[in-house]
Amino acid sequence: MAKLNKLQTATLPDAVLDRRQAVPALIENPQDFLMVAGLAGTAWEMSALTNESPGLFGLGGAMGAAPMMGLGLALAQPRRRVLVATGDGELLMNVGALATIALQNPPNLTIICVDNGHYGETGNQDSHTGLGVRLDVMAAGAGFPVVHVVNTEADLAEGRRLVREGGGLAFILLRVKEGPATHLGKKNLVPHIERDRFKAALAQGAAAR
Amino acid sequence: MAEDEWQEALYRLLREHNVTQFCYVPDAGHKVLIDRSLADPDVHSVPLTTEEEGVAMVAGADLGGARAVLLMQSSGVGNCINMLSLTNGGRFPLLTLVSMRGEFGEGNPWQFPMGQAVEPVLKAMGVIVLRAEQPSDVIPAVTAAITMAFQSGQQVAVLLTQRLIGAKKF
Repeated sequence: MAKLNKLQTATLPDAVLDRRQAVPALIENPQDFLMVAGLAGTAWEMSALTNESPGLFGLGGAMGAAPMMGLGLALAQPRRRVLVATGDGELLMNVGALATIALQNPPNLTIICVDNGHYGETGNQDSHTGLGVRLDVMAAGAGFPVVHVVNTEADLAEGRRLVREGGGLAFILLRVKEGPATHLGKKNLVPHIERDRFKAALAQGAAAR
Repeated sequence: MAEDEWQEALYRLLREHNVTQFCYVPDAGHKVLIDRSLADPDVHSVPLTTEEEGVAMVAGADLGGARAVLLMQSSGVGNCINMLSLTNGGRFPLLTLVSMRGEFGEGNPWQFPMGQAVEPVLKAMGVIVLRAEQPSDVIPAVTAAITMAFQSGQQVAVLLTQRLIGAKKF
């Protein structure tokens, strides 16, 4: 298959982690967070990871929405930790959102980009990151106060700590090999049902506090 | 009602209805709202790099129980089209105020294609369109839109027309 050349500036090592282990290892206890997951692999795997938790809004379309949904949610719920899981393709589609989010600097928001370097849903074409584009550098340039790259298992512990304890707005680039996301295939991500479930769960949680 | 008066009244109206997230790509037609939101410690004033970010942000605000408004120029409507799948399919309340170009008295030919397409494009994506043609229209139109969006869960745009805000002078 013909390919574009990798960027000469591409310096990150080849990805070695399998997302099916690395994503759960990074997030650990998803019930502690309000979560938004972008299409497509991240929404399926977060849905599986959380056992279809109502505290997760998963996107099956509207590519590019997840990071900015996370911003609106984080500003609306400043006492909860908000986690956005997005893919490299989704983040690239609205990469300016990194600049918008950094200017607001909500301390309760963490964005995890599960970067497999490919458009996994559409025939596994190389994405820009697979050819060497650096989303971690873009996030740092946008002004994210905390940027962490997970290349190997050794980098996961610091990623886990950031997700859990925060310490400010954070961007975590989780670099994984190409390959399928965990997909239990149970859920159809009907957007208005996702919304109703999420809001009802949040209201119940608030009442219980 | 002079221009500053309806713009000031509009900010008060949005605040009285608990709008706490103001997101926008700057436009002269929204100058007063943007300035007031920047000066108001009780709201988040969020400049966007492109208008579609605002559609997603409005949805996220609703998930968290907050009310947001998206301020944009007519050209920005075109940047939002696919993202309106989210508010439409998710039945998220959407309140957007669109300052119009490319219509009544426009002097810049570049503004016409998108300006003339605003209403059909919004309607094609399920957004209800209200128009404010003169200062006395603004508060009733936006009051109606607030009810339709936040009480009835609709997606509503109020067009602040060029007859209302005046054609930009070059």
